[in-house]
Amino acid sequence: MRVRIRFTKLGKVRFTSHRDAARIWERACRRAELPVAYSVGFSPRPRLHFGLALSTGHESLAEYLDVDLEDGRAAGIDAVGLPAAVSAMLPDGMVAQRAMVIPPGTPSLQEAVTACTWRIDVADATPEAVGAALEAFLAAEVVLIDRERKGERSTDDIRPAVLAAEVDGAVELPDGRAGTRLVVELATIGRSLRPGELVGALVPDDPDVRVLRTHQWIDAGGARREPIPLAATPAGAGREAPAGGAP
Amino acid sequence: MTTAAAPSLWPRLEPLLARVAKPARYIGCEVGATTPRHDPAKVSWLLVYPDTYEIGLPNQGLQILYEILNERDDAVAERSYAPWLDLDAELRRAGLPLFSVDTHRPAGSFDVLAFNLSAELVFTNLLNCVDLAGVPVRSEDRRPEHPIVCAGGHATFNPEPLADYVDVFVIGEGEEVVAEVTEVVRAWKASGRTEGSRKQVLRALAAVPGVYVPSMYDVDYDGPRLVSVTPRYPDVPARVEKRAVADLGEWPYPKRQLVPLTEVVHDRLNVEVFRGCTRGCRFCQAGMITRPVRERPADQVRTMVRDGLRRSGYDEVALTSLSTADFSGIERVVADTVSDPTACGQVSVSLPSLRVDAFTVGVAAQVSKARRTGLTFAPEAGSWRLRTVINKLITEEDLYGAVESAYSQGWYRMKLYFLTGLPTETDDDTRGIVELGRNCVEIGRRHTKRASVTVSVGGFVPKSHTPFQWFGQNTVAELQRKIGVLRDAARKARGVELKWHDPRASLAEGIASRGDRRIGRVIERVWREGGTFQEWSECFRLERWTDAMAAEGLSVDWYVHRHRTEDEVLPWEHVSAGLHKDFLWQDWQAALAGSGLEDCRWIPCYDCGVCTGYGIEHVVASPTPPAGGSQGTGQDLGRGSEVPVRLQVRRPDPVGAG
Repeated sequence: MRVRIRFTKLGKVRFTSHRDAARIWERACRRAELPVAYSVGFSPRPRLHFGLALSTGHESLAEYLDVDLEDGRAAGIDAVGLPAAVSAMLPDGMVAQRAMVIPPGTPSLQEAVTACTWRIDVADATPEAVGAALEAFLAAEVVLIDRERKGERSTDDIRPAVLAAEVDGAVELPDGRAGTRLVVELATIGRSLRPGELVGALVPDDPDVRVLRTHQWIDAGGARREPIPLAATPAGAGREAPAGGAP
Repeated sequence: MTTAAAPSLWPRLEPLLARVAKPARYIGCEVGATTPRHDPAKVSWLLVYPDTYEIGLPNQGLQILYEILNERDDAVAERSYAPWLDLDAELRRAGLPLFSVDTHRPAGSFDVLAFNLSAELVFTNLLNCVDLAGVPVRSEDRRPEHPIVCAGGHATFNPEPLADYVDVFVIGEGEEVVAEVTEVVRAWKASGRTEGSRKQVLRALAAVPGVYVPSMYDVDYDGPRLVSVTPRYPDVPARVEKRAVADLGEWPYPKRQLVPLTEVVHDRLNVEVFRGCTRGCRFCQAGMITRPVRERPADQVRTMVRDGLRRSGYDEVALTSLSTADFSGIERVVADTVSDPTACGQVSVSLPSLRVDAFTVGVAAQVSKARRTGLTFAPEAGSWRLRTVINKLITEEDLYGAVESAYSQGWYRMKLYFLTGLPTETDDDTRGIVELGRNCVEIGRRHTKRASVTVSVGGFVPKSHTPFQWFGQNTVAELQRKIGVLRDAARKARGVELKWHDPRASLAEGIASRGDRRIGRVIERVWREGGTFQEWSECFRLERWTDAMAAEGLSVDWYVHRHRTEDEVLPWEHVSAGLHKDFLWQDWQAALAGSGLEDCRWIPCYDCGVCTGYGIEHVVASPTPPAGGSQGTGQDLGRGSEVPVRLQVRRPDPVGAG
């Protein structure tokens, strides 16, 4: 049985890496005594499947993972009660918010998610300056940047990856500095674009940023929806039904 | 200055953490971490491990004190680790100090900065952490508003190199003494830490058993020779005796072992099954200074393993000690752990510090039931003759038997650990290292084609409070020559992979290990020249050490390579691990005569001085050695053998000549 869980990664814990988060989840599941299924082989591993990696230092309101539970021992598992049980075993800032059983054959998170919405606070930049740069960016048909991925340098057009972007006004950062908030939707398929790379293309001199992933989106025939929306009401007691058919 | 709650530095640290490598090292948030409630009436301790978080977080000594202090009504403890070079630079640029990882308070706002010193090469990091805390690095420059700088751990059994930098050393085990230190510091705090009070609190601390306050002693030299270390006041002890707990069963700590959010070394549950070792390996400082043997009751081990696994979510447990296969009933404890029906999922057991003569098929089979982890054996020397000299009394048959057990239970690679540069070592002994490795591979090939052996060789650094404390360490050139001998021999040995430690680091370790107070200025110079993280090869440069020795007019040869004489005063003699000096000297002479000494756990006492001196007995559940166990029991050790090398004792060189 496969359970999909939506969780947050906020505050200090955002400085853990994607790998760290995976290890944290493995231990939390053990501590919560979930009957996690193990891979077979010389070195059996718990079968946890993570979605898109979140860069170290970024926060998120919308992280996901899929957990395979042993069919024999999972009968009593309650997807409604599961988030609270496992959250008690997670560090501060990581909170499991909702879980649901997903049917066999459901596409993996990595396959299904096509875009993410990000909130980016850029330190020491005014809304006017960022707004002007963003306007020029969006007006361009091609925006080339030099970047390095997995040790390989390349020049890429990042314009197509920016699906939507707007300046959301001035903000004060936690250390008291003034900054500007951007809200952007970036594609995750193909050669994806990192929030930091977009900021680099808009604002000079590598400013400090605070980045928050607010949504991950699955493209459902032109419409888009979240893998697990928060707003949906739980479908009665016991197992929570997948909202709106197959997730 | 600690009466007001110090504000958290977190908002100012956040932007820096976004720019450094592995920022999760600095956030705390571990499972098991406490959120301490600071109070002006409480003594606040900052427990600092002066190496990276990855190395320091698992340290059990620090975690034990963290829990014990936080359980007290009159104390509060947080933790800190040495920030890596990138964050160190960012902090200094931003004008921010060293901070605690629990609540990100400035280090200088704590009452006590307590350093855990496991090894000598971290000494420069201690100075750096004190400096980064905004505290003067030299004790004499500190004022009442500064924290008391305290240090403990194995490397403080020769405290002299840091005597001018650390206010207070705690010698030996800390479980009980932290309470007594807390009492004294609390009284000082209550008195308002007035001008001139610092000297009084240090003098009061000097009267606590196990506490050594270097500034309360006068040191006299005659040229290069140390003449005496004398207490300045009648209430200061001439000799500081180490602390040791009588019954490990009364201290089931850590109860809530910290589970880090990011990867660290030894990332598993650790349960200490016994403390101390009486094998009597003559090179091993840990074995000498932690006597006597005190086993934890097997039932308590089982409880700590079961509760610890459930609480932590770990799927691996290490049963730790200096020689875990010697633990009475080890097979049962391992069997109970791997087959515990209440465990959630798979649990594997690792047994660090395995003695080959006690690693039987039974133990191998139990350990291999769950995931097989790495297997390391430490024969230490390449020939029986040399193993008799160092008193590591395991025969080739012991080793091959253990290796056979391991390969037969499905392991296909293992690591053998050796020392080179040992007293009386010849090139035949050195080549014997590769020979042992080759024979182990051959045994393995009978079980699997994949059989391979990693032979890891370290340069021997003589340590204080051991029979080898009088031995002149091999020079870098000699160690390099021996590594050359090993490499030549290993070229023809299929399946043997040779690894070795940098002999230059062994020299720096040698300078710091057996130095007197004058070495302190060398350590300070190395630090001022940027020499932090000296255990990390990317940060280590021997020239910093040799240049600093020259600048201070001190001879490397005098401090490191010279054989010491029976009559000379050793810099650490006023610190006692309970071992009689004449016992150590006799054992040194026995070593040179090639004569071994059996484990005293199961045979009559040699009167090393520890049990009688502290009124603590060995606590061992089993009256007989473990299966196959030995340390010479039943072997013919009395005769001694032909020693091919004579040690030449030279007249002392003038200081600065080398």
